[in-house]
Amino acid sequence: MPRPHFDCNMTLPLLIEQVLNGLQAGVMLFLMAAGLTLIFGVMGLINLAHGSLYMIGAFFAAAVAAWSGSFLLGLVAALAGAAFAGALIERVVIRRLYGRDHLDQVLATFALILIFSEGTRWLFGSFPLYLDAPDALSKPIALPFGILYPAYRLAIIGVGLAVALGLFWLIGRTRLGIRIRAGENDREMIAALGVDIDRLYTMVFALGAALAGLAGALVGAIQSVQVGMGEPVLILAFVVIVIGGIGSIKGALIGALLVGLTDTLGGVFLPQLFKLFMEPAAATQTGASLASMAIYILMALVLIWRPTGLFGARA
Amino acid sequence: MKFKTIMMGAALAALAAGAQADVKVGMITTLSGGGAGLGIDVRDGFMLAIEQSGRDDIEVVIEDDQRKPDVAVQLADKMIQSEKVDVLTGIIWSNLAMAVVPAATAQGKVYLSPNAGPSALAGKGCHKNYFNVAWQNDAFHEAAGAYAAGDGSGNAFIMAPNYPAGKDALTGFKRGFGGDVAAEVYTKLGQTDYAAEIAQIKASGADVLYYFLPGGMGISFMKQYAASGADIPVIGPAFSFDQGILGAIGEAALGVKNTAHWSKDLDVPGNAEFVARFSEKYGRLPSVYAAQGFDTGLLLASAVAKADVSDAEAFHGALKAADFQSVRGDFAFAENQHPIQTIYMREVVKEGEIVTNRLVGPAAEGYSDPYGAECKM
Repeated sequence: MPRPHFDCNMTLPLLIEQVLNGLQAGVMLFLMAAGLTLIFGVMGLINLAHGSLYMIGAFFAAAVAAWSGSFLLGLVAALAGAAFAGALIERVVIRRLYGRDHLDQVLATFALILIFSEGTRWLFGSFPLYLDAPDALSKPIALPFGILYPAYRLAIIGVGLAVALGLFWLIGRTRLGIRIRAGENDREMIAALGVDIDRLYTMVFALGAALAGLAGALVGAIQSVQVGMGEPVLILAFVVIVIGGIGSIKGALIGALLVGLTDTLGGVFLPQLFKLFMEPAAATQTGASLASMAIYILMALVLIWRPTGLFGARA
Repeated sequence: MKFKTIMMGAALAALAAGAQADVKVGMITTLSGGGAGLGIDVRDGFMLAIEQSGRDDIEVVIEDDQRKPDVAVQLADKMIQSEKVDVLTGIIWSNLAMAVVPAATAQGKVYLSPNAGPSALAGKGCHKNYFNVAWQNDAFHEAAGAYAAGDGSGNAFIMAPNYPAGKDALTGFKRGFGGDVAAEVYTKLGQTDYAAEIAQIKASGADVLYYFLPGGMGISFMKQYAASGADIPVIGPAFSFDQGILGAIGEAALGVKNTAHWSKDLDVPGNAEFVARFSEKYGRLPSVYAAQGFDTGLLLASAVAKADVSDAEAFHGALKAADFQSVRGDFAFAENQHPIQTIYMREVVKEGEIVTNRLVGPAAEGYSDPYGAECKM
């Protein structure tokens, strides 16, 4: 007979640790989703290549960190590199797609994924790159309740929340933010008012790209920097913006945290839950399978309750 | 495609010089997308062996399966029907092998597996034309289990992705281990964040952690595990600690034990020369995949030297004799045409600036998979 598993698993410290893990996953998703939702909200564009910008950020960070030995320089390079790549593809490709229907946009941006993936492989080769957290943050730190938690993950949560605050300030309090909001509501009208709409679009796209690149670099240090790393995150980011409501930064933040927490806590606690009334082996299987569906079930429930998402203005 | 063109060019040049390519080999392997590093290593090792054999009567056609079963099946059809190859090889992934191998062997083509070894093809589904030169999928896991048990570990935390090879891996480990399993955790395939699992591991009280997370999954996990402050010793199969990925994990992997049938410091005839020649030619250290590709090439060259490929019986006998010096040492085929070989334990160490593996000792000597009993040939 298999022994009962994880008797000590429901303790408070473990719960706190898992909630921190969920938060960390959530804020990184927010960085991806914020750009995606801005681009969709302002320009009405479905950008599948957003995951490629995430990958570009990670590769820039890994290459510059390896060359200079400084993680911070790597982060700066990730921001700048992804923003530049974003501005470039907006000027060259994306600009031609604003008037087209979503299917054309999906097709063109999917082509961009393939071009970026194979281009990156051509430049960097097929083997994953090395990128590690800076030494100062590489050790776990002690939190109350005897929790040892990686310092780098705490730093990621801090950076993510700071970026979220910065974005709210940018959208809510600055002239650029006013224009972005105006562009979401009525793009003909702000063009008529003399705002250079082309330039605004390029800036929004570069901003979204920079956020994706930052997420890629931050996450790259704890995961693997490799070709194709962006697509799984892209799918989650789409789930986030559908839950949060398309075009809403607030929705993206709440949605990202919900998805991060559901995904993390579901993976841990659903198998435990099933063990209460099932064989351990079967419970692990069923729990693991259900946990991977959890965020999609969450999405379905939110959409039944609010068809435009939590903070979505339009259908 | 470029490689193929070059090979075709080389073959044409050979024809022009009057030499007739007698054996045509179709290599279907993964050269793009995730996991391309494995296919590239197999290809490079294989081509090195063919080059070293000095045979100009072996022609190799190489195609990229993009890790997609449907693409692999199309390529196999094309190679069998229009390229008229005699021998197929190269597939990395078990699901692709299952899609291609049974049909190819049924059409009378010889298939030499340089990597994938699904249990279905080792047991009931074994075939006279199918030779596995690498391993049966369970081998590294079962040997690791035996090593952990022999090392005094009584309580293991085991983890693998939720897909067939993951389940096979943990089944293999448990068969070799025999001790208590603190927890058996299945993660999502392609999962990149393991914080939740690491918290479980720390709370589990296990005295050894065994995990099978190939490719990028293993890189992510090991970096996160090292940063978490967890101190349970780690054992894994070589897939998660091979040369191609160690560079990306870095020092986080130091001290981890991993099982493999080959190590670059393994003291058998020809191995040091292989490592030197591979490093010189390709500018990187060989991996287990490169060693498997190399051995597959040596096996083929040895059989071509002994028998005419058009004489199926003689060619089969020449392959089965496995009359070549493997860089893994003693090598023979069991009845189900899967290897009988020693699985070693390696340890991740730093040599100068390079993180690499060092041989510790045998984990399972003369290992042969348990599925052979079901094979009726």
